[in-house]
Amino acid sequence: MQTHQYDVVIVGAGGAGMRAALESSGQVRTAVISKLYPTRSHTGAAQGGMCAALANVEEDNWEWHTFDTVKGGDYLVDQDAAEIMAKEAIDAVLDLERMGLPFNRTPEGRIDQRRFGGHTRNHGEAAVRRSCYAADRTGHMILQTLYQQCVKQDVEFFNEFYVLDLITDHDLAAGEIPDDETVTATGVVAYDLATGEIHVFQAKAIIFATGGAGKIFKTTSNAHTLTGDGMALAYRRGFPLEDMEFFQFHPTGLAGLGILLSEAARGEGGILRNSDGERFMERYAPTIKDLAPRDIVARSMANEVREGRGCGPDKDYVLLDLTHLEPAHIDAKLPDITEFARTYLGIEPYTEPVPVYPTAHYAMGGVPTNVDAEVLRDSHNVVKGLYAAGEVACVSVHGSNRLGTNSLLDINVFGKRAGRTAAAYAATASYTDLPEDAAARVVTQLEEMRNRPDGDRVADVRKALQETMDANAQVFRTGDSLNQALTDIRDLQERYRNVSVQDKGRMFNTDLLEAIELGFLLDIAEVTVVAALNRKESRGGHYREDYPDRDDANYMLHTMAYRRPTSAERTADGRVDGFVTGYFDHVEEFDGYKVALGSKPVIQTRYEPMERKY
Amino acid sequence: MTATLENDTATEPKAGEIPSFEVTLRVRRHLPESAHGEDSFWDEFTVLAHGTDRVLDALHKIKWEHDGSLTFRRSCAHGVCGSDAMRINGRNRLACKTLLKDVNPDKPITVEPIKGLPVIKDLVVDMEPFFASYREIMPFLITSGNEPSKERLQSAEQRERFDDTTKCILCAACTSSCPVFWTDGQYFGPAAIVNAHRFIFDSRDEGGSQRLEILNDKEGVWRCRTTFNCTEACPRGIEVTKAIAEVKRAMITRAF
Repeated sequence: MQTHQYDVVIVGAGGAGMRAALESSGQVRTAVISKLYPTRSHTGAAQGGMCAALANVEEDNWEWHTFDTVKGGDYLVDQDAAEIMAKEAIDAVLDLERMGLPFNRTPEGRIDQRRFGGHTRNHGEAAVRRSCYAADRTGHMILQTLYQQCVKQDVEFFNEFYVLDLITDHDLAAGEIPDDETVTATGVVAYDLATGEIHVFQAKAIIFATGGAGKIFKTTSNAHTLTGDGMALAYRRGFPLEDMEFFQFHPTGLAGLGILLSEAARGEGGILRNSDGERFMERYAPTIKDLAPRDIVARSMANEVREGRGCGPDKDYVLLDLTHLEPAHIDAKLPDITEFARTYLGIEPYTEPVPVYPTAHYAMGGVPTNVDAEVLRDSHNVVKGLYAAGEVACVSVHGSNRLGTNSLLDINVFGKRAGRTAAAYAATASYTDLPEDAAARVVTQLEEMRNRPDGDRVADVRKALQETMDANAQVFRTGDSLNQALTDIRDLQERYRNVSVQDKGRMFNTDLLEAIELGFLLDIAEVTVVAALNRKESRGGHYREDYPDRDDANYMLHTMAYRRPTSAERTADGRVDGFVTGYFDHVEEFDGYKVALGSKPVIQTRYEPMERKY
Repeated sequence: MTATLENDTATEPKAGEIPSFEVTLRVRRHLPESAHGEDSFWDEFTVLAHGTDRVLDALHKIKWEHDGSLTFRRSCAHGVCGSDAMRINGRNRLACKTLLKDVNPDKPITVEPIKGLPVIKDLVVDMEPFFASYREIMPFLITSGNEPSKERLQSAEQRERFDDTTKCILCAACTSSCPVFWTDGQYFGPAAIVNAHRFIFDSRDEGGSQRLEILNDKEGVWRCRTTFNCTEACPRGIEVTKAIAEVKRAMITRAF
């Protein structure tokens, strides 16, 4: 076992993690721990662009961008955070250009901009050109550019190290709940994949930038490695997860495969058609049609299929039609995604429409933070020394549905903020002693998993989880379907206790790590379903067929899900550990712990909730 | 589109669907912790594959259903993260971008680690020497003077000049396909030169001379013998050999 000491430890080397590292590594001693080589991170798969009201090609301003973000999120967005993001977007894009990012250019040589779903002129009048882009590989360019700058700054990386535990001075999940005392994060425990050795990192400040958890679903645009590690680690220490019921299904995944085809395809003029050849989005969003926000388009597509207007032998997908676009235009603006259609489906997008169907894409929820990226341990207190940014976090700038391009923006704006605040805090804070046996939990967990007798296969349990999530917690949900998912997850949690690995070695044991990651997935799926069951309304990415309307009177609140010991008791007024009552008083018992729901107010500044029409 | 009505047997494939088939993978194993020690060996697995399955799907099937110790890197599974470059039927490719039906599944498909980098376990190689070469060519924008208050201007033509080499995902398929790199691990290799090209031909960059100086080294561009392996290997379709030639020409003429 090795121990290290750094002022700031960043977990994850995607866009948010590296953007944070660029801020903090110049100030204080910083380490970045990543389970992948930084350039393998999933930021690199983002395609369409990054919105900022540069107004390079037409009139635009950050206030319109804020409004679109709030409306796009079906008013569950914290409006102060959205305003910060839209304002700082402009500098975030310019920062990247100055770092060398090769944006596409206007005839005047400035950064070019294009249309994207839900981004409009003057509060919904028409689509606006706001997305700054580099062909259809904007995320790739952001990831490469940030890595290049990290090389320039000589940022210290621990590559292919898996962080498997978060060390804190109070274990809230074990019931150590201080009333007004501070709770401090003091370090992380990591596993070096190459050698199997355990490394303990003591840190004054820790930034989680571990990305999403798309692998709880079967059909997903997410990488195999997106297993919700950071979310699960925070949750297991008793820190809340916010708004986990809101998961975005991207409308245009390659049918059957889930591989993403960017919304830029529709931004550049692509049209969705059903089996009658009809441009069906005209019926669902008469003003901006195919460029409506993702939740609306995904639901419309699923509805077309459900009502029998799907295409193909099983009538189970719709078509993305680019055939009316000039091949030269497609090659210039959408080269990668058209290649995906050719490679994986053998479809030539110049002449044939591409089969598409919604694919699980993005977690709007995550580890709650304030606008300075400090992690919250309840609806108002922060955890000292713990920060989060990017998809793992919930600020909440995306509310119940994220607009396209706002994720690349989120990682840059809040990654930068996380790096700055963490470095500033670390510069004045001192180290907190770690317990003697800081790595004990991880060592026990790994050894126990490695030495288990032959049991269930990890892959079988994971497949069953992904299938129930696709069947019961996807675009359309009901109380019955979610209860089925919860029953299945309980059963799978039980089976998980008996899964075994075949590879018993120390070196590069991905078999073992897949087993550990499955544990994260199960925990995240469980919270997602419990939160979805409790929210008896439809809003953004969460659509309950049994409660098809938005219910602001009862549900205009963020869900906060806490893991607590079984022994935690309800107080006289029905609360568990001081959480609010009302529609968020649900407590779900599991084997050995309970999930207690609470809520957090939505911050509203200038926009009154309105009915969402496009 | 209408479904055919002749579904008299349940196994009849649907219209346009490629039927399932059995495929055998011959995988080069290296398990230093096992009885094999440092000796590599061939292992064969036969799995059931579906129409559009890729080599990565078959490897996952082996790992998940047959032998959990089979080890390889992967992440995005659609050709953009660069984790799963390997030698498939003797040619460097990304396992996630190579459809089984395109590599003659009637015969065993051989899968080996990429060459020229130390093998750690099975298909996993040590990528550090590769990234060390990349870092050496100063792969970041170099400018002088004050930062502009807005963006630097660049015409669409200037942007187009280095577009091809911006596509690189650092998968090492090119470098590990290069015979010069196999025999001389000190050679910078195509990927590092591609990434130097990306900046040398960027109108905003002022570090071209420094990079050319580095690549003028005895282990630099002049080692390239124009075998075009790298261009064939690149899963992103980058014209690697052409980029290397442009860097050579820039070195002679200092025109970039």
